Amino acid sequence: MNLTDIVEKAQMRDDIPQFSPGDTVRVHVKVTEGNRERVQVFQGVVIARRGDGIRESFTVRKLSFGVGVERSFPLHSPIIDKIEPVTRGDVRRAKLYYLRDRVGKAAKVKEKRDR
Amino acid sequence: MATKAIVGQKVGMTQVWDDDNNIVPVTVVKIDTCHVVQVKTSESHGYNAIQVTVGTKDPKKLNKPEAGHYAAAGVQSGRQLLELRIDDVSTYEVGQELDASTFEAGEIVDAIGTSKGQGFTGVMKRHNFKGGRATHGAHLVHRMPGSIGQCATPGRVFKGKKMAGHSGNQRTTTQNLKIVKSDVEDGFVLVKGAVPGPKGGTVIIRNAIKNHKGSA
Repeated sequence: MNLTDIVEKAQMRDDIPQFSPGDTVRVHVKVTEGNRERVQVFQGVVIARRGDGIRESFTVRKLSFGVGVERSFPLHSPIIDKIEPVTRGDVRRAKLYYLRDRVGKAAKVKEKRDR
Repeated sequence: MATKAIVGQKVGMTQVWDDDNNIVPVTVVKIDTCHVVQVKTSESHGYNAIQVTVGTKDPKKLNKPEAGHYAAAGVQSGRQLLELRIDDVSTYEVGQELDASTFEAGEIVDAIGTSKGQGFTGVMKRHNFKGGRATHGAHLVHRMPGSIGQCATPGRVFKGKKMAGHSGNQRTTTQNLKIVKSDVEDGFVLVKGAVPGPKGGTVIIRNAIKNHKGSA
């Protein structure tokens, strides 16, 4: 194995659940305030996953008081306490940037039904 | 001058997280077999240095002077012989193996390598000239150097004028990089930031000689 892989593997997390663009997830983020640490939840639709290996990241979009808020996380970041998949979305593309131009019902992602 | 140094091979770049959960870009430098072949002192040679060999080479492919040199040191033949100038060589002895434990995390070092050859390049790439205008009637002068001197006085172009030419493939030092981690078991060190040269290139790591900030 390549030495860079060894370095990366040591940093990678193995507690990442399976999720893909279109899914709604709850991301529990560790927030440090002074010397206190608490967990904040960021819930929204995954609109992109990019990169691979240790560099993989994903973007979550949510509506907060009518304003669209997007946050990108490195998938293996230690600030993520856990990722909780909520629902699975039925989408046809890997990057859901079109959701940015939509409001209201049109911005909703269909839920995936298991056949 | 440097007080200690090792020789390794650039493997590539990746990233790690530091204690504050920030991403740190690092270069992985593999420290494979690195043995001292000769110790030069100011009494014997007029200056202090150690000669080391890195990697391995089939002993059958050595010529006799090389074979004799390795045999005298009692060291397996290596891919390359390098000399490292070091202030105090009394702690080094012939045959000694240098490994990643030479440096610890947090130390400030210089990385020396041979930069990637770029071939014949223009002045914008080679000397960071600004070039000409992209628009406003600029005709065939977008990447030109502009004027290279005056007129009848001095009537010549000054020596050392920066011009187009061969770029790269030169010994290059990047100063004051931080060691993020050193792993003796797997034989590598992680250096924060980029290190000169291509993947697989030989890299000398020595403690920083101009680290005026004085951090460990």
